[in-house]
Parts: sequence; C-alpha cells; structure tokens
Amino acid sequence: MHFNTLTSPHLAPTSSVAGVMRQVIYALVPGTVAMIWYFGWGVLINLVIGVTVALVTEAIMLYLRKRPIALFLSDFSAVVTAWLLVLALPPLAPWWLITIGVAFSLVIAKHLYGGLGYNPFNPAMAGYVVLLISFPVEMTTWLAPRMLAETQLGFLETLTAVFTGQLPAGISWDAITAATPLDSMRTQLGLNQTIDEIRTSPLWGDFGGKGWEWIGNWFLLGGLWLLYKRVINWRIPVSMLTALFIIASVLYLSDPDTHPLPAFHIFSGGAILGAFFIATDPVSASTTPFGRIIYGASIGLLVFIIRTWGGYPDGVAFAVLLMNMAVPAIDHFTKPRSFGHKSYGD
Amino acid sequence: MELHPHKLWHFHGGLHLPAHKELSTQLPLLPAPLPAPLPARIVLPLQQHIGEPTQVLVKPGDQVLKGQLIAEAKDYVCAPIHASTSGTVIEVSEQRVPHPSGQRAPCIVIEPDGDDRWTDELPAALPDYHELDGATIRQRARACGIVGLGGAAFPTAVKLNPQHPIDTLILNGAECEPYISCDDTLMRTHAHDILEGLRIIRQATLANTCIIAVEADMPDALISLRNALGGDEVDGIRITSVPTIYPTGGERQLIKVLTGHEVPSDGLPLDIGVLCHNVGTAQAVYQAVAQGKPMLSRIVTVTGGGVKQPRNLEVLLGTPMAELIAACGGYTDSVERLIMGGPMMGFALESDEVPVIKSTNCILAAAKNEIAKPAPAMPCIRCGECARVCPARLLPQELYWHSMARDLDKTQDYNLFDCIECGCCAYVCPSNIPLVQYYRFAKTEVWAQERDKQASDIARRRHEFRLERLERIKQERAEKHARKKAALKQNKDASGDTGKAAIQAALERVRAKKAATQVQAKNIDNLTEAQRRKIEAVEKRRQEKQQTK
Ligand code: SF4
Ligand code: SF4
Repeated sequence: MHFNTLTSPHLAPTSSVAGVMRQVIYALVPGTVAMIWYFGWGVLINLVIGVTVALVTEAIMLYLRKRPIALFLSDFSAVVTAWLLVLALPPLAPWWLITIGVAFSLVIAKHLYGGLGYNPFNPAMAGYVVLLISFPVEMTTWLAPRMLAETQLGFLETLTAVFTGQLPAGISWDAITAATPLDSMRTQLGLNQTIDEIRTSPLWGDFGGKGWEWIGNWFLLGGLWLLYKRVINWRIPVSMLTALFIIASVLYLSDPDTHPLPAFHIFSGGAILGAFFIATDPVSASTTPFGRIIYGASIGLLVFIIRTWGGYPDGVAFAVLLMNMAVPAIDHFTKPRSFGHKSYGD
Repeated sequence: MELHPHKLWHFHGGLHLPAHKELSTQLPLLPAPLPAPLPARIVLPLQQHIGEPTQVLVKPGDQVLKGQLIAEAKDYVCAPIHASTSGTVIEVSEQRVPHPSGQRAPCIVIEPDGDDRWTDELPAALPDYHELDGATIRQRARACGIVGLGGAAFPTAVKLNPQHPIDTLILNGAECEPYISCDDTLMRTHAHDILEGLRIIRQATLANTCIIAVEADMPDALISLRNALGGDEVDGIRITSVPTIYPTGGERQLIKVLTGHEVPSDGLPLDIGVLCHNVGTAQAVYQAVAQGKPMLSRIVTVTGGGVKQPRNLEVLLGTPMAELIAACGGYTDSVERLIMGGPMMGFALESDEVPVIKSTNCILAAAKNEIAKPAPAMPCIRCGECARVCPARLLPQELYWHSMARDLDKTQDYNLFDCIECGCCAYVCPSNIPLVQYYRFAKTEVWAQERDKQASDIARRRHEFRLERLERIKQERAEKHARKKAALKQNKDASGDTGKAAIQAALERVRAKKAATQVQAKNIDNLTEAQRRKIEAVEKRRQEKQQTK
C-alpha cells in the first residue's frame, strides 16, 4: 500500500494566528464594555467604524499585494489593530479621524513594511501618534465619564456627532467633555498646585480618575486571562508595570507634593491596556526572554518620563514606538545561552 | 563529576504531549516469529546502522541458516548482518528500504524455508560475564551486530570502548515520543535481561554508577524492573522515574535531567563522563554475551488509529512491514500516513513494502484525525512560542528567518547544529510554519557547502603540491649545478661555501612561494560570487573563533 510522505513533526499544531488574535479580542471585551458604560455609545460606534475600515483596507492591500485575501483577512490581525487604536481615541472622535488612523496603521505601518509579521512598529500606535500630531484638538477632546458628565448623549445623538460633528441643540461641548485625569494632573501641576490640592477635585477616585480606574481594572482582567491562557508571556507586562511603579514610587517618596501616587500612574491613561495588549504585540516586541524584560521595563520608564517631563499627557504610544526601534539591538544582545554552550556565541 | 543522588533537574522547554501509549499496550507482546507462516521474503539491508556499510558474504542461491553471518563488518564503525531465519538467498540487489529519502539500497533477500533452523556456528554462550574483560565483551557485541536500539542505530561496540573513564552509565527507558511503547513493553517483559545487559555493559566500561531512567507514565515497567533488581537502588544500580516531558528521552536532555550537567555542544556525553544506552540495547548485549545470540529480531510497536489491533510484536529483522500490519488485523479505513518512529521525529514511508530493520522501533499507521492536515503557513509573528519550548534553548524564529534567507552563516551563529529536530517548535507555532523542514534544509546546505569547500581545499592542496614539486626539481637542479660548480671550484681553490649558499637561497625561495600560495591560491573559481563570499565569510569567522579560543 502506498502513502503520502510529509516531514515530521506529524502532529497537528495546537494554535493558529487567528486563534491567538481571537483570544486577544475576547480579552479586550470586558474593558471595552466598561468604556462604553462610562463614556457612552461613541466608543461602540467608533469601534464599528474602525473595524469596518480595517477589513476593507486590509482586503484592498492584500489584493494589491497579491496575497490570499481570505486567508489573511481571517487571521483577525487587522481587527485587533483597529480595535486597539479605537480604544485610544476620544469617544466622540469624528469618523474621518478614525478612518485616517486605521488606514494609516494598516497601509503605511503594516503593509508597506511587508504585512503581517514584518512590521517593525506597532501599527495601532503608529496610527495613534500620527493622529495625535496631525489633529491635536480632536485627539484631546475627551468626554467626561458618566458620573461626572452633566448630560449623556443618546445613541442617535452620538451617531450624529460622530458623522457630522454636531451636538444636539442645547448641549455644548463643554458640558460633556472633560480633561483626562493625566491631562488635568499635568495642567494642575503646571499651576503649582500640590497633589493633595489637586486630588480634592471630584474628578478623582481611589487611585486614578473616576471611571478610568475601573476601565483599567477590566482591561487588567482581560490581560490576566491572556496570561492564564498563555497567549501572552508575563515578562513584558510585568516588567513594564513594575518599572513604572518603581520609578513613580521613587519620585513620589522623594517629593509627594509634586508627584502623584504610583497607583495613579498604573491606573491612568493607557498603562494597563498598553502593558497587556500593546507592548505585547509579538511582531514588534522583543522575542528573547531577557530582551522582553528590558523591552517592557524600558517602556515603563519611558512612559513615566514622557508623562512627567514630556510634551504629551500620556506616553504609552511614544514609549512603545521608541522601544520598537530598539528591538533588533535588544534581541541581538540578549540571545539565550544555547544548550551545551558555556555562553552565547560559544 | 559529582552525582547528586536523588535530585532531578530540568531542561529548558519541552512539551506535554498526549501519550496515546495505551493504544498499543492493551494486547500482550506477540513473540517472534509471527504466528502466521514466516514471511515470503526477508529483506536485510546491508546497512542498518550509522557508519560504513557491510560486505556481503553470500550470493544468490546460497542456503543460509538462522544466525549465520551473511554480511561482515570490515570497518570499525560498522555492524555485521546475520540471517534472521533459515532459507535461500534469492537476490542481492537494490531494494526499497525505510529511509527518509525514499531511495533504494543494497539488500540481501532471503526466501525462508519455514524451518527456522539455527546455524551451529553461533558464538559460545558466556553466562559468567563477571570474568570477562572489556575487550571480549566489545568483540562479542561487535560480532553479534548489536547497534543502539533507541533509534540512532550506532554500533554498540564502539560505544563500549570509551576513551574516557565513565562515571555514570545511563540506561534510557524514557520513551518520550507519543504512541511508541516498545521499550515499555520490553521493560515489562524482559526486566531481568535488561539488568543483566546493564551489568555486562558496566563490566565493559567500568562505570561507577548506573541509572535506569523510566518515564513516570510507565508504572508497570518501573515495577517489573524494581522486582528484577530487588529494590530501587541495589548494587550500584538505581532505577529512577523521570517526568513525562517530551523530549526527555533525548540523550542530552536525559543526561541533564539525571545529572544536572549539559553535554558540551561540540562534545559527547563521554566528555562529562556519561555513557547512555537504550534499554533494548542492554537486552541485546545480554543475549549476545550470555546466550551467544546475534541480533536477529527486535520489538516493534505497531500502532495508531490506522491499524485495527495496535500492539507490540517481536519481529524478525527483514520482515516486510505489510506483514506486521496484517498481523495486527490490517489497516482501518481512516489510515492516512505510515510513519516509522513517532509522530514528532519519525519519517513518513511511501510504502509498507519495506523491511523492519534494527532501528525500527515503531510503525505508526496514523489516521486522518491524528496528524496535521497540510495547511498554508502564515508569516512568523515573532510570538516566541518556539523559543519557549525549544529544548536546545535556541531561537527557532531566528533560525527560520535566516534559513529562509539562505544566510547559512547566520544560521550557524544561532547554533543551527544544536537543533535536535525534535519538532517542539513546529508543534506550537501558531503560524503553522514547517520549521524543522527549514532547519534540515539549512543543515544540508551547510554540509553541501562544506563538501564544496573540502573539494576546493583538495584542489588547492594539489596545486600546492605541484608548486612544491616544481620547486623541488628546480632546487635539486640548482643543488646539482652548485655541486658541480663547487667541485670545479674545489678543483681550483678548495672552497665549498657557494653550494650551501645556493641551497639556502633555493630553500628561501620555496618558503616564500609557499607562504604566498597559502594566502592566495584557493581553487574557488568555479563557484559563484555569492558562494565565494559566503565561504570567505565562514572562513573568516572560523579563524576569528579559533583566535578567541
Ligand atoms: S512560534 Fe512560529 S510564529 Fe511564533 S515566533 Fe516561532 S516561528 Fe514565529
Ligand atoms: S526542532 Fe530544533 S529548533 Fe525546533 S524545538 Fe527542536 S531543537 Fe529547537
């Protein structure tokens, strides 16, 4: 009897790219729902716009690059990119902002570099930074979380706002927007207020801003599930958050009046989302075990530096992109010692 | 080397794989020969081991008896072949053999006469092996054609002749690949023989400590060995259960687990005072020494969802695999692939019309749902899962990248040749990349390049010899000339210095020329520019390495 021959190993692999991406999406759901709860329908509408644009852009690019469209569309990597970008955008971001951001992420930051697996930069963060630099006003018009907002927009009102930029009669932008906790922290510090004075404002919850800290918790939950499922490795999130916590503690202890609590740094802005979902993007991160620690810790440090002394309120995107550039060097210098070798290169 | 008595170590990576061993261990071992009439043909390849091929001693038409030597070992790294049953040699020709390349190889084909009659020229049984010296044991192992039965089939006699003192002798019963249960079966049924074999090997190698390693999921094997030994640690022999992690049965991995020491990448276990043999080899050594029996049969696991009654059988070497399948009830409808060895490292066979050879431990008739469907590979997403599980602690993703780019130099920087082709990386790769295939390809490419390099080295040397010869002739002529001149001169003023000076000058010239040729003359003209550059780079790297050493 005759048989086909294929080379070993013969056992079927246990995971797939699509499976990995799907699990990342599942893990994003709790935090995303929390965002919708605190910031309204805008988040969901943005998400739908973002994912749609992502799928269309991805399909066009695959077609132009003559790649199997169905195979690569169904790996869900474009969906994850769009999803992460949308989470970083203001909840009432206009539709064109999302479209430009997602299109940039996929066309320039992903496909022009060679598509899945070849992009040196995290596409979502590349898109985010381009938007932040090009459209600073739109990018910093954040909504107030539900417990602080004077009014909340309904679904149709939100839809109108996203597509036309018009708010319903009688509601002003001021009534629904508010600075993000990181933003107000830096503005107030700039006005020479002490942390204690700043924290008397109703904006603040237990660690970070009201609402925000809870969103952070839900993303943390998703991140821990990814760790449990071994979809991501612990090294990057743990080293990033630890580094952020340590440097924030050092400065807080040295001068508690001008430096917020370390927990504030962890639970504000994109720290948790960044640690578990963005810095862990495998393609653009370091892949060696020790390299991942260096990579994660450096991002944590950079986030703190940019938040404290840089020109932008949050630093996750910049920190990730900067460290993306350092990955080849990190990987080169952190090759593990192979079995039976005294040291690397032996 | 100090041995920590009962501690076990870990190696990096590895996998917990579904074992599927119960499939083939339900039915008892079927002893040889198969209950059915003997196979119609016995096909014995001349080379069933690693090393040099054997020399045929028979020709078509010859009558042979069971146990008769039919192909002898002339070289040191070689193992002779014996007729596994009595009958007539009908052919000495190229036949299909179980080999990954699917190529044919020279074989002796015997038509059994059905009597299974033994030769009376068997070597004498030496039950009192305590009296024997190493050389006698080695000679016996060699004469009986014993090779390592763990899969590598390296001639055992060579391994019984260690160049270093042996501290720890390990018997490998950690059969870590899924489905395979022949060692488990052997340990359950022949524990006594294994222990005797171990003692004989210890006698030959003068090892201090002996460890038998059995995987934790083979409790019955453990019990039977324990009963045969009379305890867990008796008379310098220890039975140890090791965790079921693939590939614990890999020689280097097992040594790490048992001793905590890593065999140097460019060395042998011997270098750290360890010698490793498979349990099956120990039994074969016992039979060869104590019973005077050459290697004629082995235990084979026939298993998988593609065969009706999976089980272990003791099989005469040379039996076509199709007969084994028949003895196990035949194929099921869902059979898809025929693999010799396990599902992680075994190779797929084109046909079941190939014989069982000394290294055939398992025939896996895999059903559709047991093996990977051919599926498209995605690009590497650098997730690092492969590096997490790699027992050689390599960076498979980098090896893949450089193999794909054919940057052979870089693959060696990433220690390509430390890859044991265990398949762990490919098993966990979400992008479904046939990683091991790339590494095999890169290894062959490097070998081919080395061969090219060697060929060019030979050519270069030939060229140098020629230059040297021409120079020598010239020099001789000069000498002759000088002598003549000197003689003439002596005749005149009896001074002989010029001759010496001339020789000196000629020698100087040779030296200068030799130095020059050593730098330049490399016969690499027939290579492409890229190949030349690569060879140069490799050469440079090697020199640098040598300098740093
Ligand atoms: S497991 Fe596959 S996809 Fe992941 S890094 Fe290794 S080769 Fe790349
Ligand atoms: S096949 Fe080679 S590279 Fe892959 S896991 Fe095994 S040793 Fe490592």
